[in-house]
Amino acid sequence: MNNLLTAIIVVIGVPGAVVGYIIGTEWVLRLVSETARARFRPWLWVLPAFLFLTTFLIYPTIRTFIASLQNKRSTEFVGLTNYLTLLGRGSFWQTLLNNGLWIVFFTSFVVAFGLLIAVLTDRVRYETVVKTVIFIPMAISFVAAGVIWGFMYNFNPDIGTVNAAIVGLGGDPAPLLLEWPRNTFLLIGVGVWMWVGFAMVILSAGLKGISVELLEAARMDGANEFQVFFRIILPLLAPTIAVVATTIVITALKTFDIVYVMTNGLYGTEVIANLFYKEKFINGNNGTSSAVAIILLLAIVPVMIFNIRRFRAQEAMR
Amino acid sequence: MTTTVERGAPRAEPRGGFLGALTAFVDRWPVHLTLILVSLVWLLPTAALLVSSFRPADQVLTNGWWNALRLPFQFTLQNYQDVLDQNNIGQSFINSLFVAIPATLIPIMIAAFAAFAFAWMDFPGRNALFILVVGLLVIPLQSALIPVLQLTTSVGLTGSFLAVWLAHTGFGLPFGIFLLRNFIGSMPREMFESAYIDGASPVTAFFRLVMPLAIPAIASMAIFQFMWVWNDLLVALIILGGTPSVAPLPVQIASLVNSLGQGWQLLTAAAFISMMLPLVVFFGLQRYFVRGIMSGSVKG
Repeated sequence: MNNLLTAIIVVIGVPGAVVGYIIGTEWVLRLVSETARARFRPWLWVLPAFLFLTTFLIYPTIRTFIASLQNKRSTEFVGLTNYLTLLGRGSFWQTLLNNGLWIVFFTSFVVAFGLLIAVLTDRVRYETVVKTVIFIPMAISFVAAGVIWGFMYNFNPDIGTVNAAIVGLGGDPAPLLLEWPRNTFLLIGVGVWMWVGFAMVILSAGLKGISVELLEAARMDGANEFQVFFRIILPLLAPTIAVVATTIVITALKTFDIVYVMTNGLYGTEVIANLFYKEKFINGNNGTSSAVAIILLLAIVPVMIFNIRRFRAQEAMR
Repeated sequence: MTTTVERGAPRAEPRGGFLGALTAFVDRWPVHLTLILVSLVWLLPTAALLVSSFRPADQVLTNGWWNALRLPFQFTLQNYQDVLDQNNIGQSFINSLFVAIPATLIPIMIAAFAAFAFAWMDFPGRNALFILVVGLLVIPLQSALIPVLQLTTSVGLTGSFLAVWLAHTGFGLPFGIFLLRNFIGSMPREMFESAYIDGASPVTAFFRLVMPLAIPAIASMAIFQFMWVWNDLLVALIILGGTPSVAPLPVQIASLVNSLGQGWQLLTAAAFISMMLPLVVFFGLQRYFVRGIMSGSVKG
């Protein structure tokens, strides 16, 4: 009951306070000249948002960077020791390799499947049905997906669908998640199952933007369907594919829940985001866990720069 | 998601009636076969989960879920009753609502004000600040979480819902500001000019013009934030911790995976309970969900 009261107070109170704040500043701004008003008002309007962004994203990220240069309890500076400790562990390279596998295979499968489904559904009447089916896993949590696929991959052929299929085809049941690199690929498969819908939706919208006349003209000139796809559709979709691929690369780098739930990083499936969690909450090491987080951030910076460039190019066209 | 424009490969000469439709269908069997196969593969895992969650425990653990589709049917609601009674799933469902609803509602106004300022007010550094927001869109939460945890601990809020609401507000804002700014920025300039000529202040313009017109974008933002918070494991795990009285569904299910191990009849029921609300939101409001994705949803 106490919690419910807090919830009501916060849900009404925080937006209410923000609205009150904006109206209040408008009253205060009436006291100053027209030009001063126009100068100060925008800052006052973005201030609440930036208070939150600073408290929960900007300042903490700076603190994490500092902690990555400090010891286990963040009491003294140790230079790059944490980074060197991590890089000196053989297992850390395995972790990086796994994230590399995620980036390469997760991204290419998601984009390829998404494109295939977008192109094929474009040609049939039951487009919406197929798209909805492919899209459903996007709405499910990674944890639920972990349960679903843990069940699919179960070793017992009387429980696990995949092993039942293997036995049905005359093979022997395999402990699917115990052997690297097979387990990493099977975890990537779960990610693909969840994210193809995302790629499909965006690529399909891009595809609808290509003029039908252009495609018809190419067919009239004797181009076959493959030529139409590779010579016209693919080049025109390239910018959209780039947008999808960057999002998927970031998802690949940040992969956490699937691994945490399905293998907890055991049997060689460790990834950076799960290692971060382990270093902090199992090993209790502030220094190395922060260093892992900063390495993850550094890996994302190129994608961030790409996004900003793309955003600027879009703005220039506005 | 649909279009009536015919853009497929040229078809055989159209013939009327059912036979014509059938011929057209059969002519392009590779396309149909691929799509039907892919759809089945995509549905299979969820179907397996759903069917198993309604089977008696002794059945689930001794033979495959596909056997349940044979007569005589043996379905039960026992698993649902068990997880709700014994495994704290009922409490977790309420906790999830408790986490997700405020965490969805709080950021809306904050993002809307900032988005309006970014879209229609001139100030030095506007572009630089907005580019900062675009950069923050992709910041991994891991790089912020430990200091946020230290912060909430230092003010005695760790393990409280308030801390999670505020943290999710902060984490959700870059996407919200980005989405709303693009939407509000595409409103016609003349609308604001004539409002200002009539003597309206920006506050009036915001509440009378921008907010009503921005409802679809706000709906997209809210749905996206709701889905994200509802399905979140990491933030809840770290800031709320695993205490059963506050654990939302993903945290509780993740811990059931560890403790129940092979109790598949219970795990499948628990997982399906956690999926129900997102699926309802998804089917009911798919349009807004897709719009959220289309506006460059890179978050978390």
